[in-house]
Amino acid sequence: MDPVAAKYIGAGIACIGMGGAGVGVGTIFGHYLAAALRNPSAAAGQFTNLIFGFAVTEALGIFSLAIAFLLLYAV
Amino acid sequence: MDPIHQFQITNLLTFGHIGGYEIAFTNSALFMLIALAVIAALTIGATSSRALVPGRMQSVAEMSYEFVADTLRSSAGSEGMKFFPLVFSLFMFILAVNVIGIIPYMFTVTSHIIITASLALLVFVIVYGYGFWKNGLRFLRLFAPSGIPIILMPLIVFIEVMSHLSRPLSHSLRLFANMLAGHITLKVFGGFVVMLGGLGFLGSLVAILPLGMTVALTALELLVAFLQAYVFAVLTCVYLNDAIHPGH
Repeated sequence: MDPVAAKYIGAGIACIGMGGAGVGVGTIFGHYLAAALRNPSAAAGQFTNLIFGFAVTEALGIFSLAIAFLLLYAV
Repeated sequence: MDPIHQFQITNLLTFGHIGGYEIAFTNSALFMLIALAVIAALTIGATSSRALVPGRMQSVAEMSYEFVADTLRSSAGSEGMKFFPLVFSLFMFILAVNVIGIIPYMFTVTSHIIITASLALLVFVIVYGYGFWKNGLRFLRLFAPSGIPIILMPLIVFIEVMSHLSRPLSHSLRLFANMLAGHITLKVFGGFVVMLGGLGFLGSLVAILPLGMTVALTALELLVAFLQAYVFAVLTCVYLNDAIHPGH
């Protein structure tokens, strides 16, 4: 296979990992919203936890994006 | 239209060479100084009048203080307030740099991993240095949570150490990749407008779609710029909490 084509295909495959992070971030915000609508008075106190969970989950998707960028521009 | 071109570092002033490395004043350094000037104008300039009823700029400065102080107090306790200068500086610097970067033709300092990695390593060294200084070797209990069966202990310690080692990596990569990806996406959609506009009248009509998308993405980028500065500050607070209160 042409190495340049393989590079682009690899970058595309690496981006599939971001789908998992998308599911995770959606779960976090969805559950936060569901819980916040049940008990709105407790929602503000959990905002830091929400952002923390979001950041930790998002980092995993960012790792695969970083691999894609590495393949596209640094290899 | 190369979407990576916007991240090019250029030398504005070259001072000379030390051991094969160029010592120069770059556009990255210039925009860091601009961010510093903006923050100084906000925090020193706006609060110098010390009005009892704050004016518009003074309220912004007071609100940003309260915002960071609340975040730090809620996640690291009142003991964590001694780290307020660190967290406030990090938050304001990243926020200023990110927001300046959204303005067209401006350089985004945080889109270079050397900057974000330096900031993340600064936090990493301070957190673990303070943890060992304050708790001594008891700080190592952070890696061995209580109430774990002894058979599982080696595995848990290994996982904990790995998760702690990956912190500076994820801390720096998150900010870097978010800024990089956002600005590349903006540039790609901007490129669509130019390409479609070159196709004549019909192309110009269709070019309204990517143009609208660029506007929407800029609004999204403004949110991301704030959110990433906040996430960086919150994670710094959470890590500091580990150093101040190590037990699980």
